[in-house]
Amino acid sequence: MLDLVIFYFFAALAVVSAVLVVTRRNVVHSAIFLATALLATAGIFLSLRAEFLFIVQIILYTGGILVLYVFVIMLVNLDVALHQVQFNRRWYVALLLTVLLGAQAFAAILVSRQSLYTLPPAPAQALEPNTELVAWGLFHTYVLPFEIASVLLLVAMIGGVVMAKKRI
Amino acid sequence: MDLNAILQWPHLVPLICALAIVLVLPLVAGYIVLVERKVMADMQVRLGPMRVGPHGLLQPIADALKLLLKEDIIPENADRYIFWLAPLISVTAAMLALSTVPIGPVFLIADLNIGLLFILGVGALGIFGIVLGGWASNSHYSLLGALRSAAQLVSYETSAGMAVVGALLLAGTLSTKAIVERQAQDGVWFIFAAPVGFFVYLVASIAETNRAPFDMPEAESELVAGYMTEYSGFRWALYFLAEYTNMIVVASIATTLFLGGYLRPFAGTPLFDFLDYLPALLLLLVAGYCFYRVPKQPVGVQKGFMAVVGLLCGGMALLLALPAAAPAGSLLAGAKPGLHGAFWFVAKVGAYLYVFMWLRFTFPRYRFDQLMRLGWQFLLPVGMVNLAGIAVALALHRGLGWGVVPSFALTTALTVAVAAYLVWIGEKQEVRKIGEEETAGNA
Amino acid sequence: MVPIGHYLFLSLALFSIGIVGVVTRRNVIIILMSIELILNAVNINLVAFSRLVGSVEGQIFAIFIITDAAAEAAVGLGIIIAFFRNRETVLADEMDILKW
Repeated sequence: MLDLVIFYFFAALAVVSAVLVVTRRNVVHSAIFLATALLATAGIFLSLRAEFLFIVQIILYTGGILVLYVFVIMLVNLDVALHQVQFNRRWYVALLLTVLLGAQAFAAILVSRQSLYTLPPAPAQALEPNTELVAWGLFHTYVLPFEIASVLLLVAMIGGVVMAKKRI
Repeated sequence: MDLNAILQWPHLVPLICALAIVLVLPLVAGYIVLVERKVMADMQVRLGPMRVGPHGLLQPIADALKLLLKEDIIPENADRYIFWLAPLISVTAAMLALSTVPIGPVFLIADLNIGLLFILGVGALGIFGIVLGGWASNSHYSLLGALRSAAQLVSYETSAGMAVVGALLLAGTLSTKAIVERQAQDGVWFIFAAPVGFFVYLVASIAETNRAPFDMPEAESELVAGYMTEYSGFRWALYFLAEYTNMIVVASIATTLFLGGYLRPFAGTPLFDFLDYLPALLLLLVAGYCFYRVPKQPVGVQKGFMAVVGLLCGGMALLLALPAAAPAGSLLAGAKPGLHGAFWFVAKVGAYLYVFMWLRFTFPRYRFDQLMRLGWQFLLPVGMVNLAGIAVALALHRGLGWGVVPSFALTTALTVAVAAYLVWIGEKQEVRKIGEEETAGNA
Repeated sequence: MVPIGHYLFLSLALFSIGIVGVVTRRNVIIILMSIELILNAVNINLVAFSRLVGSVEGQIFAIFIITDAAAEAAVGLGIIIAFFRNRETVLADEMDILKW
């Protein structure tokens, strides 16, 4: 019962924040609502007993990526963009297509979720202790993708610096 | 609603601890400001606040009243909602970080499995308060100060993280209470096993809280208080509270990780059990000093006040001595870990904050580019070498069976050598840069 | 545990809102933020199934996705800064230098 209440709270917060992200005129307001959406997602991770992912979401996504977004918003002068039209000229076509796509996926989930319900959820103890299991997986089973991810981050760092420098 | 059922509620103790922290923290932060002013005065051979209340002890209350009653000014084209929201984010993030800090074996609001990472993550959320505050003020100085401050915080966060991970290798767990218990088990505080890590964390935490000598973004002669420029009255008080709460948080992390948390020195050895009477002895000495100064006060009110402070210290000494002297198993002896743990924790945090204040009044300010160079080109490499060194020391000690002292002494010496080399390189670069500037200016 | 269908619907909702943001808005920064929403929706899906099945691999995949999102945000924002320095605009409609 408490699980359901917590899920609905974080889910409502995430969906409302997401809608506000997409519709605000002021970009800084969008960034703040994106922060709220990310924190709601972190709450959902915690309620799914993914403690390490909860804290990684807060440190990396909200405390790192979003701060990067806010930095760039402040470096780029957006007063001019504030007074222009915010949406595409053919926004209704885009909205219609997205609603169709969403409805199709919705119908697919609606029809097929019964087969998923026959699978009993694994006991919560299977994910304990969470940090140790994630570390074991990252450094033992999936160490090659881990190293590739480090190289990717290095390349992205160099790329970001080169892109943003005034004179290379 | 019978009392027993309420007392058995599992969330009762965390709730009481949370209420205690939230209610007491603003007062404590205010008195830390007073202590800082008194310490500053002492280092500058003067007296500090003496007027408001006996020996200036009502100064924080007067300051708080003034700030509450000030006019609330919002700049003209500022974004009202973000202007209102930014100090709130700072204060919330700072107070939330105190929820996993173990002030005693029982005084812990939430014993998370990922306690230490939680504090680091919530500290990262505090950066939002600074950046949004600077932006919402609709002023160039505020924005520049906010961006500089946030850049500094982000840079030193990585170095602090490296130092923390080094100590985590020794602890083997992320839960704050388990880290302290591990130091009790091993019998040695982690500062003795990783002194370079402690040094890196000390410097990084001074920069994390925007304290001098790293306070360029909020120095008055530079950017007129940076992101706090347009804030006045209670909103400024919230930012100030957030800054001092952040200081308490980083001091708590350092105490938990490196200085043994709520343990007394030599916690494991029964030989040193006489140290259990040390808190009471110290407080008795303070009480004795207060009574000694009573006849030397000029005014009757101050005489009475000193006598009252002396009596209070004496009372606390008695409170700390009784559980130590009580026979094991009685109710008083059961209260001993909590009371003594709180005393040792507060003493260690106080010592760490005193080092903060001492460094503030001793060193000149770093220029911003020097600050960033120090963070990225000195502290981060030293932190990484420290991490590798601790890993090697642990491999030597646990894997190859070397003794504790040889393995850790060896790696500490290597890390110090690398740090000295980096300092030498940095000095050469700085001298060359000054040489280049001179020739460029003459040309 | 909450039934898995709930998490699937939530993930779908966030995914659709993200797609609406990407195809509808003109401001490039908000387009990038909507992409972050899409990635978060996928993460929720992965973690929900990891809980259902009892294996931690879904969470490891989610960590890799977060790493990827960080790299992409860094490079994308660098490109936006470089473009803004040249053309003074962040609206996607006006980034049409390659047209004849």
